[in-house]
Amino acid sequence: MKFNLKVWRQKNAKADGRLVDYTIDNINVDMSFLEMVDVLNDELIRKGEDPIAFDHDCREGICGMCSMYIDGRAHGPHHAATTCQLYMRTFKDGDTIYVEPFKAKAFPIIKDLAVDRSAFDRIIAAGGFVSVNTGQAQDANSLPVEKEAAEKAMDAAACIGCGACVAACPNSAAMLFVSAKISQLAMLPQGGPERKNRAIKMVEQMDAEGFGNCTNIGACEAECPKEIKLTNIARMNREYLAATIIDE
Amino acid sequence: MAYTALFKSSIGKKLLMGLTGLFLITFLLVHASINAMIWFQDGGVTFNKWAHFMGSNLIIRTMEWGLFFGLILHVVDGLMLYAQNRAARPVKYAYNRAGDNSSWYSRSMALLGTLILLFLILHLAHFWVKTRITGIEKYGLDTENQENLFAVMQEVFRSGLVVAIYVAGCFSLFWHLLHGFKSAFQSLGLNHVKYNETIAVIGIAFSIIVPFVFAMMPISMHFGLVR
Ligand code: SF4
Ligand code: FES
Repeated sequence: MKFNLKVWRQKNAKADGRLVDYTIDNINVDMSFLEMVDVLNDELIRKGEDPIAFDHDCREGICGMCSMYIDGRAHGPHHAATTCQLYMRTFKDGDTIYVEPFKAKAFPIIKDLAVDRSAFDRIIAAGGFVSVNTGQAQDANSLPVEKEAAEKAMDAAACIGCGACVAACPNSAAMLFVSAKISQLAMLPQGGPERKNRAIKMVEQMDAEGFGNCTNIGACEAECPKEIKLTNIARMNREYLAATIIDE
Repeated sequence: MAYTALFKSSIGKKLLMGLTGLFLITFLLVHASINAMIWFQDGGVTFNKWAHFMGSNLIIRTMEWGLFFGLILHVVDGLMLYAQNRAARPVKYAYNRAGDNSSWYSRSMALLGTLILLFLILHLAHFWVKTRITGIEKYGLDTENQENLFAVMQEVFRSGLVVAIYVAGCFSLFWHLLHGFKSAFQSLGLNHVKYNETIAVIGIAFSIIVPFVFAMMPISMHFGLVR
């Protein structure tokens, strides 16, 4: 397959970026999008040009590193898939494909398509610790968890911190991510002791990082590779409001 | 935690947006119901009676201040959200297919809100300023010797341009409500399979019916369908 690529090239966070045209041929239909960029980079290196910087790690849809804004969508046109799980057969031979980094003030560009998402790490860190009992190993059933809550907490915990929600959001809001992280602990007894403090601290950190404000557009939910639901944001609102209004 | 910190937070701002939005929605309902009395075909007698009650009752006049306050909060909070959200993405995408994952009106609340606000200024100049400040004596009294707001409406809506602007204002309101109604509940943390559908259905019905009723007022006045 043959493609025309328009790739965002940017030296560093301060430099201005721009789209650069590349054409690439002999691409196998079963290659992933990242493999296609590998092939392109290989060609660039052979020509003595600067290869395109991009993030990746697991290449199996679980690490969340592969941030690319492909053809106007976070992680490309597929529903519930990361960039590494996007295959070239999705496109038509001869297609022109735009490739940009995730763009948000809180995700400064490191180089080309690689962005700094450590704001997410700082939000997680702001959430603090979870109290657990040490000492003798407990009996597995000593902490009963309601089935429904366990399922919902597990669904929220599926978030891989990829940042597609921020990238897709017209407001660059991070609420889907933060709400998933707050929810996964809020619904389990293990998350109980620090529950209120955690909600306040994580929301404060989210706001301090310069993400936008959520206006319930729902683009995040539509683009999330792990299908994290908007119900988590409603839950976060409740958690935060309960912690701020009801508590002194 | 201090309330100022709450309302400075992103969640506090959306809470304020939702609460003031729902408050304004209740106002729309009252406003539409009372104004619908122009269709009683009694030369505006019933309508004028209610208009007079709304304009003279002390409790309602006090609530009017609450209404303005709620409106201003909604507008200021909305503009603040808009400015902050624009700033959160200083460099735009060169190619963006936002329409693939969200509706245009949910992304255009600030624009629709601004259109509604502009309409509102004109609307207040047409009626509120006349009834509350300058007085409408020159329009004479109706058959029951009441102040004739009905006559003011008839005169304002004689102009086709004014009618067109009012109808456009109603369309903006329709789309603003279509997103705003259900959005308010989500912001308050009310999202549950048990009642989500009910909220969605009521939201759509409200967004259609209320602006439609409003739009029909200038239209039926202009074409002499009410007497
Ligand atoms: S909520 Fe979804 S889109 Fe956002 S960081 Fe988590 S997995 Fe990625
Ligand atoms: S590279 Fe790990 S999710 Fe794509």
